[in-house]
Amino acid sequence: MRIALFATCIVDAMYPETAKSTVKILERLGHEVIFPKAQACCGQMHMNSGYMPEALPVVENHVRAFDTDEYDVAVAPSGSCVASVKHQHPYLAQRLGKPELKDRAKAVGARTYELSQLLVDVLGITNAAAQLGSYFPETITYHPSCHGMRSLGLGDRQLDLLKTVGGITVNELPEADQCCGFGGTFSIKNADVSSAMLDDKVKNICSTGASACSGGDASCLMHIGGGLSRTGAKPKTLHLADILASTMEETVTL
Amino acid sequence: MPAGGQGNLFETEPFPKAAHRELGNTQMRKNLRHATHTIRDKRLKVVGELPDWEALRDAGSTIKNNSMATLEERLLEFEKNFTARGGVVHWARDADEANKIVTELVKATGSQEVVKVKSMATQEIGLNEHLEAEGIDAFETDLAELIVQLGHDKPSHILVPAIHKNRTEVRDIFLSQMPVVDPNLTDEPAKLAEAARAHLRKKFLAAKVAISGANFALADTGTLGVVESEGNGRMCLTLPETLITVMGIEKVLPHWEDVEVFMQLLPRSSTGERMNPYTSLWTGVTEDDGPQNVHIVLLDNGRTRALADRFGRSALNCIRCSACMNVCPVYERTGGHAYGSTYPGPIGAILSPLLTGIEVEENGSLPYASSLCGACYEACPVKINIPEILVHLRGDDVDAKREKHKLPTQMDLLMKGGSWALGKGKNIGLLEKALPLGRLAAGKDKKIKKLPGIAAGWTQSRDIPAPPNKSFRDWWSDEKESM
Repeated sequence: MRIALFATCIVDAMYPETAKSTVKILERLGHEVIFPKAQACCGQMHMNSGYMPEALPVVENHVRAFDTDEYDVAVAPSGSCVASVKHQHPYLAQRLGKPELKDRAKAVGARTYELSQLLVDVLGITNAAAQLGSYFPETITYHPSCHGMRSLGLGDRQLDLLKTVGGITVNELPEADQCCGFGGTFSIKNADVSSAMLDDKVKNICSTGASACSGGDASCLMHIGGGLSRTGAKPKTLHLADILASTMEETVTL
Repeated sequence: MPAGGQGNLFETEPFPKAAHRELGNTQMRKNLRHATHTIRDKRLKVVGELPDWEALRDAGSTIKNNSMATLEERLLEFEKNFTARGGVVHWARDADEANKIVTELVKATGSQEVVKVKSMATQEIGLNEHLEAEGIDAFETDLAELIVQLGHDKPSHILVPAIHKNRTEVRDIFLSQMPVVDPNLTDEPAKLAEAARAHLRKKFLAAKVAISGANFALADTGTLGVVESEGNGRMCLTLPETLITVMGIEKVLPHWEDVEVFMQLLPRSSTGERMNPYTSLWTGVTEDDGPQNVHIVLLDNGRTRALADRFGRSALNCIRCSACMNVCPVYERTGGHAYGSTYPGPIGAILSPLLTGIEVEENGSLPYASSLCGACYEACPVKINIPEILVHLRGDDVDAKREKHKLPTQMDLLMKGGSWALGKGKNIGLLEKALPLGRLAAGKDKKIKKLPGIAAGWTQSRDIPAPPNKSFRDWWSDEKESM
């Protein structure tokens, strides 16, 4: 299959390893990965901050970049950005009175998948060690990010994949389904409330005794990682894609 | 656009400021966490018992949407049927009109006291304060509402108005505020309830007038309904001679049969019970039984304004169950008072600005009082897409402020810059060439610990990792395209 990678702006600029991991996993399965270079961002930051006219060029750019026949499905290592592409792009087009953009955005959204969704639902991966050669000899815990969990309905896809990685121990995170408090510009506009939410997340992660907290969204992980780092806590954060890409021969280090 | 709502619907200071203050109240946070988690768990358990919960939510949502789409017709049908059964219908455009109508009705009875069943609509219009100014005493009979009233406090939750208080605080209020109370009163729930019972019984037996809200009105039969836990509502609805109900116009349902759906959705979502202990339904006047003067005040107060918003109107589907509050991480930490309005939590963050207009007082800050985690949407029994409406209202807020600001704010500039940078692959690629500069900004430990301007909020409690040397985009060009 030809798979278009939507790297997302934060992974592209801050966590390139996670995008490389995504490519590795898909290539290991024999698929061809392309990277449409016109892509930039889903525009969620603009929309969630209320800047709708400013979001328009960003959304139009995304739709233009991915509205092609060059690939079969698109994938992003981020539930949040995929949810934005699927739900927010059509909303914005409707709000700003652009019916043609709305139709095209819907079509792009329909063939865009979050990584675990693609792996499980489309590519039939149920055992990461056996089918992807994933190996990661650490104790981890897992935070299911809100948009993946609720807007995309990912269920346990991410967690199930992590549990089947070779050598791994997965400890359950108390109150896992509670938001970490990131929320994009919420963390800036309501910094106090966001910090109070983060505090609880950090405490819960530390209570598991894990050396890393994994998840499917680089932005939430940056937020959680930033809190862990500030409090001097031991656990690190590591994206699901990086753990799945890790192998016996090339084991990712924390 | 129809007129906006008035009364207790306003945030008088920006939410972040109010939240900052409330976050400092550690006792309140402990009380809230305990209470919301208890109700949350109970709700999940009883919802899990129903195999058709999702279908019920769809039914609730559909009935409400249809009802809103034919609101005028439904209300007129209700008026006809309620009147035919001996009730009197009054129409109130806003809080002011509603308060005047109720006051005149009470004055006409010659009574200077009324008992009240807990009602969000009368909280919204500030009826108690208005009656007090007119020399009429209004006694709240719902236990939690009584605690709030005696404590000269404000409700902080739709269902549990005194959720921010614990037992010891309640005992202290009773000891200092009830005219006759056992001085050795303990903080045992049964003893507290007994004290309230003794206090209220006298009020019930003496009252000539009662004021209530309503959970729903049924158009095809002209019936009103109140759903409650304590039976105090039933006392108010049956003992006095005159009964005045104040109800928002959005509460009308088309058919008697619709009760079936909402009686499954409401108790489970609000108190985590399969069925609430008391449900009262009344249709006009019954000779020699119950109140003989029965009135309803149908309240708009911004509802037709909200109805005119094609993205926001589904907020009017709200059945006031409070499930969204009990699962909201923001509400759990700030409590209800931070939202200013009678309607706190996620539903309040959309409903208040929809009723008043986003530009009124500080209500424009309410739609940002959410991390958009979606727990509220998942819990809502009538599937109100609260996160989507929050984002929509943020758009309205920014658009409204655009005209007001002479100079662009930091956020305006950031978003304008971001629009350019993220509007083309070429542009973000250009900026990413500067990533090594970010590495310079990080210390030896490869962490950025302080950011300037509005971004300072981030580094208040979070570090940022040093950026990589090279973006993925550049890596791809170098490694993949050169092959």
